[in-house]
Amino acid sequence: MRPNSNTAVHFFLNHEKKTSLFRLWSNQFLTVLCVLFSLFTLVPLFSLLYLLIKKGLPLLHFSVFTKLPPPPGLHGGGFGNAIVGTITMVGIATLLSAPLGILGAIYISEYAPHSSLTATVRFIAKLLTGIPSIICGAFAFALVVLHTGEFSALAGGVALSILMLPTILLTSEQALIGVPSSYRDASYGLGATPFQTIWCIVLPEALPAMMMGMMLAVARAAGETAPVLFTALFSQQWASSIMEPTASLSVLIYNFSALPYHYQVQMAWTASLVLVAMVTGINILAQLLFRRKFQ
Amino acid sequence: MSVPAFIPQNRYRPRRDYFRSLCWIAAVMIILLLGFIIDEIFTRALPAIHHYGWHFLTSSEWRPNRDLYGVLPMLFGTAVSSFLALLLALPLGLAVALFLSENFLPRPMRQLMRMIVEMLAATPSVVYGLWGIFTLVPLVQHYGGIVAHHWGWIPFLHGPAYGNSLFTASLVLALMVLPTITAISRAALVAIPDTFREGAYALGATRWETIIRVLLPYAAPGIVAASILAFGRAMGETMAVAMLIGNSQRLTLSLFSPSNTLSALLANQFSEAEGLQINALMYAALILIMLTLGTNIIGELVLRRTQKALGGGHCL
Amino acid sequence: MNQQIKNSTEQVPSEVMSPSSDMETFIKVINFNFFYGKKQTLFNINFAIPTKHVTSFIGPSGSGKSTLLRNFNRMNELLPGVRHEGDIAIDGKSIFDASIEIIALRRRIGMVFQKSNPFPRSIYENVVFPLRIMGRNKRSLLNETVERSLRSVALWDEVKDRLHENALGLSGGQMQRLCIARAISSQPEILLMDEPCSALDPIATAKIEELIVELKKEFTIVIVTHSMQQASRVSDLTAFFNFGKLIEFDHTHRIFTAPIEKQTEDYITGRFG
Repeated sequence: MRPNSNTAVHFFLNHEKKTSLFRLWSNQFLTVLCVLFSLFTLVPLFSLLYLLIKKGLPLLHFSVFTKLPPPPGLHGGGFGNAIVGTITMVGIATLLSAPLGILGAIYISEYAPHSSLTATVRFIAKLLTGIPSIICGAFAFALVVLHTGEFSALAGGVALSILMLPTILLTSEQALIGVPSSYRDASYGLGATPFQTIWCIVLPEALPAMMMGMMLAVARAAGETAPVLFTALFSQQWASSIMEPTASLSVLIYNFSALPYHYQVQMAWTASLVLVAMVTGINILAQLLFRRKFQ
Repeated sequence: MSVPAFIPQNRYRPRRDYFRSLCWIAAVMIILLLGFIIDEIFTRALPAIHHYGWHFLTSSEWRPNRDLYGVLPMLFGTAVSSFLALLLALPLGLAVALFLSENFLPRPMRQLMRMIVEMLAATPSVVYGLWGIFTLVPLVQHYGGIVAHHWGWIPFLHGPAYGNSLFTASLVLALMVLPTITAISRAALVAIPDTFREGAYALGATRWETIIRVLLPYAAPGIVAASILAFGRAMGETMAVAMLIGNSQRLTLSLFSPSNTLSALLANQFSEAEGLQINALMYAALILIMLTLGTNIIGELVLRRTQKALGGGHCL
Repeated sequence: MNQQIKNSTEQVPSEVMSPSSDMETFIKVINFNFFYGKKQTLFNINFAIPTKHVTSFIGPSGSGKSTLLRNFNRMNELLPGVRHEGDIAIDGKSIFDASIEIIALRRRIGMVFQKSNPFPRSIYENVVFPLRIMGRNKRSLLNETVERSLRSVALWDEVKDRLHENALGLSGGQMQRLCIARAISSQPEILLMDEPCSALDPIATAKIEELIVELKKEFTIVIVTHSMQQASRVSDLTAFFNFGKLIEFDHTHRIFTAPIEKQTEDYITGRFG
């Protein structure tokens, strides 16, 4: 509850009319300016949504989910393999990063919340979230592509997992911190071991928030391009294994946007619409499923 | 009445907590990961480091066909585009943060605004790039041409104006770092106790006098941290920039001419690179990682001090 | 280390250790100092708590009474930067001895907290939790334990038809009694209560107090309380703490009618901060 400042200004008007008028006006002016600035940020977003629907919708048809991308200059087709590729790589990334992130979070929040190792892990994780996604790509390129001699979904998954790991760790830690400490007190007070306390009491409580954090990380990874651009590369074909170049929605958008053919650019918009819908969908689903479940 | 022996009666047999060890390994691996990333990239960059040394940073030639590599134009592009993005995003981001933390408008409006900022943050970079190609590029080409025509004598504004330019990239970057600035600044503003606001209002200050004289100085370290972290984010942002900046390897001093950044360079050249070019790109990646890491360390440290000063001790 | 404790034990005057010789000592606190970081919160505490009686700790906030209580089952060791000197012995054996498993220790000591903290699961599962963590899952044993424990806290008749409903649906007083039932379900010998009634209304408080008097037939009970009336109603012995020191320890009626120390008298009569 904050008092409305304008009434206070009127109250003083009789005493110092001149300055008060200036103060009143500048106050109003800045308010308008602030609201205008805020509204200004809506313009790009609405423009983006408008274009996504206007340019993306015409080609959106069931067949785009099942067909292969059209070669440059040709019409028809879709991006079924890119959707499968995105899901595959995000899946690999989740499998790699989720166990590590969650176990690490359990260590720093439950086993040693006050140790210097914990402070270090937390700090490094914050730094890792700030690492450019293209660096994750360069790392996976050096680690996987240069060793196997092949662009692959595995390399893309590794790159994405680096991106997801700190997010999963930090959100899982927040989820664990969110469990009331009185539950831990009760459990330890009854003679439970740390392992029993974590598995029987703390984890079940933290699970919804943890899942939400994980889904947010998944949504972010699904939209990323830079890490998969030169690790999974792209493919016009259905992938038959995770050890070969694999298409992804985001790279398809990037590639097609630069082509001089109207049809391919339109397809890039359709793919963008699908990608944004996927990302937003996962975000909303996460909120619906896991935000603050009360008994 | 005799009391049974107290301790020996229990049925508990201690076992080694292997789960703890497992968690410990995971935690340590996260620390090692950062070192591993740097090491892996450093090893791959080593041939280029030996070959070009510091000259890599000062040379403005990037010609893979003659094995000549220098990143000065990209360093310049990275610095200018990130700085410009910050300059544009800071007032907007701060305005949104104030909008979200102070009670200008009723709660539902603020909720809506927050959702919109979250959507801005969630939109994939490549989609921003595509959007920029269709909206920003024509706009910059048109109005940039007019500006260059009339004010071309001002440094950095001379023509000819291209649509795919440093300025276009800065615009989209501004949009992309705005959520970062908003989120951290808002956290700093919300952390200020309401007693400060009430105190200022009680002394007859108007809303904006309160904001400018009391709230902003108090939140200043948080806002500084937000700017630093946003700068780091802008430096590393890749796809939208690669799609809009024009990818010119030449050093130009006009905002309206094509340029390049370190990250866009990597995005464009990695997939077709061979031999020494891979090493040179890894060298560029190493520079990028050092720049962003340094920026983020400073940002995190500023943020940490802010939180300590505010007594919000959930950071450490 | 052990030698040192033995020596120090002998230095302690016997009248401080136990207020009367006919009670059998169960918990013995010997030259106990406690540090939280650099701050010392308990100073050279010496006394003995008898078996199958109710002992209450009273004193102003921050006097260290809860800290001492939380040392009996070594709950304080969950906090960072804590350290102790001296010893606490239960049934003649140091609880800080290397051979003592902290987990085993806590299983022999029940604890009830200031704010009732049932787990967000069924009433039944709350009560049997201590058994389950000991690996006892036999249905008949669990059922038996639930009924016995809930009857001991006079909760059985109120909840017997909804044992499998979420415990968080109970009233505040019922939840606290459930926590007591949970604490005693594995039949510990000591029951520690840290201001168990501070969040309850007078009627619920009265029920818990009745319960405490009933439970002392089976358990050695140590209760921290802010309410002097409560201490005088439920406890046989009372220890008064101030600024981390044990000021006076005696039979409750003596503490409340004829305290020896000036500080105790000031506190009892309300002339204290």
